[in-house]
Amino acid sequence: MSYSGVIPTARSRAMVREARHLLFTVAPGATWIVIFLVLPSAYLMAVAFMTNGPYGLPEMPLSLESFRRLAGFGFLGWSPGNLYTLLRSLWQTLVSTGLVVLVAYPIAYYISTCRAKWRPIMLLLVVVPSWTNQVIRTFGWMNLLAPGTPLSSLAESLGLIAPNMGLYPSNFAVTLGLVYNFLPFMVLPLYAAFEKLDTAQVEAAQDLYASPLRAFWHAVFPQTLPGLLAGIVLVAIPAFGMYVIPELLGGGKGMMLGNLVANQFSGGANWPLGAAGAILMLIATFVGLFAMRRIGKRLGGGEEVVI
Amino acid sequence: MSDTITAAVTDKTAPTPAARAAHDASTREASAIAMQGLHKRFGRDTVALAGVDLAIRAGEFFTLLGPSGCGKTTLLRILAGLEEADDGRLLIGGRDVTDVPPHRRSVNTVFQSYALFPHLSVRENLDFGLKMRGVAPAERKARVARIAEFIQLGDLVERRVDQLSGGQRQRIALARALVCEPDVLLLDEPLSALDAGLRSQLQVELLRVQKRLGMTFVFVTHDQDEAMVMSDRIAVLNGGLIQQVGPPREVYEHPVNAFVARFMGHDNLYPVTGRCGDRLTTPLGELTAEAAGSGALLLIRPETLDLLPGDGAGTNHLPARVVERLYRGSHAEYRLAVGESTLQATVNNRGRHLPEVGDRVTVTVAPEDLVTLSE
Repeated sequence: MSYSGVIPTARSRAMVREARHLLFTVAPGATWIVIFLVLPSAYLMAVAFMTNGPYGLPEMPLSLESFRRLAGFGFLGWSPGNLYTLLRSLWQTLVSTGLVVLVAYPIAYYISTCRAKWRPIMLLLVVVPSWTNQVIRTFGWMNLLAPGTPLSSLAESLGLIAPNMGLYPSNFAVTLGLVYNFLPFMVLPLYAAFEKLDTAQVEAAQDLYASPLRAFWHAVFPQTLPGLLAGIVLVAIPAFGMYVIPELLGGGKGMMLGNLVANQFSGGANWPLGAAGAILMLIATFVGLFAMRRIGKRLGGGEEVVI
Repeated sequence: MSDTITAAVTDKTAPTPAARAAHDASTREASAIAMQGLHKRFGRDTVALAGVDLAIRAGEFFTLLGPSGCGKTTLLRILAGLEEADDGRLLIGGRDVTDVPPHRRSVNTVFQSYALFPHLSVRENLDFGLKMRGVAPAERKARVARIAEFIQLGDLVERRVDQLSGGQRQRIALARALVCEPDVLLLDEPLSALDAGLRSQLQVELLRVQKRLGMTFVFVTHDQDEAMVMSDRIAVLNGGLIQQVGPPREVYEHPVNAFVARFMGHDNLYPVTGRCGDRLTTPLGELTAEAAGSGALLLIRPETLDLLPGDGAGTNHLPARVVERLYRGSHAEYRLAVGESTLQATVNNRGRHLPEVGDRVTVTVAPEDLVTLSE
């Protein structure tokens, strides 16, 4: 106790210096995040708990009305429309992410086995389509899938769709659009994982009596898991909130949560309801991320998989 | 020196000759390897194997020795089934396995990088091969426990692989392959990543394990000292071809050509320019050799030379001057000038006078220690 007056002074001086240092390095980023993330989110949060005014704008007093309506309770009693939209969003996200994984895995593997000088070109080919505006690309799919186009006629003749219906608009078209749009976001992280794949582990598995399929599961899959999880996050989260693709390819029955939210803000419909929808999306995303972390930890043998 | 270590280890751990013979008889057919005309080419121009014929006996510690790119690793990978030969046949235990995939061969490999599974614990790594083979869980558990005990790593089995040191990983990699009790164990430069001390310790351990189990080991290395210490027989490879096969002493003392001689560490090679009976004319002078063969190159092993002080005359007495002396405690290495030529000599330090740099000495060599070999 006798020296307690001396050492803490020196220590506290060092702490002040460190705090000042921290302030200078962290402040710009922190300011950015506060202005463009924290404040808007807080505003959104506030709006969600306000009352809908005559022109769709938020007004006082605070209420839970938006969440009631989001849950499906309207003037005419309960309707399942919003619930369907939520479930459709989840289903579309799940299916399209799954399909993206199935398509991207072989592509990423194939590129990683190509000669080094070809790889950048192949990766470029994967990325190039996304240099065009998403809306334009989606319009392209409309033209490909509309009634009377070769693809639609083929599907018709195979009995997959009713005559003159076309493949668009439909939930199928939305899935296709999502898979097409998000493929590069899965190929790139998977390719990065494949490129540094330790092939000796694969050979060791084969040497230790693992059939090719089991060698993949025990020696390739665990090594590519971080890339796969990163890809799933990059695909699933934006897909869940996707607006353009369901808007253009889905028609009335292909609406997703993003469209529901957007419609409340545009068209002057109902800001508080839109904000409530956005919060629901945010919560769903966090739940999804948390689940991914748990899965990654389990499959990675306790290893922390950063996503 | 290498011979004494080998002998000591063999004496301590080898099964009795009778037991050994019985074991050999029962497993010879099961684990002998025959390679017939193996060819392998990578791309258009890279020839890895240019026709390899080789027979490896059951229970043998067999080493494939050669510089990088000589084809030794390719040969090992073909044995493991990880590489397919373009041409030729491979028989293991009398069975043609040329087209059998790796997971159906009773052969296991210790990889140079160890290739342990980082997402699995030590126990799960050791268990992997048994699990893939469909061995019953109770037996798997017992065998994993036994092998962990055997390599003295029983207390590490719950650790993750990345918590182990290099030497421990090496042992786990060895145990992971041994636990499957393969007919043949393949080792791809398993000690090259370790530092010198640990390396020589593990050399001895590996040798003891092999002698105790009586298993056929095929070992790949580029280190001729390691090859001599460990092997029952050595195959020296160069340019995808086998240069010489034989026990370490034979390969070291009677190399068949200049490549093998140089690779085994010999520098004293001199062209034979004239020959009259046992008398050979060389750049060093006239030398008398006994049963030296008819090769065009004369090999003088440094340790067969004696240095006498001053000038002397007699059979195979050459006048020389000391150019360099490297004192190594147990022995000294000399570089001598003999006329226009240079000669390396190794002299054991028995406490006698060791000539200094600049001294005039007489080099002598016994006629029976001289051998000749082809280019």
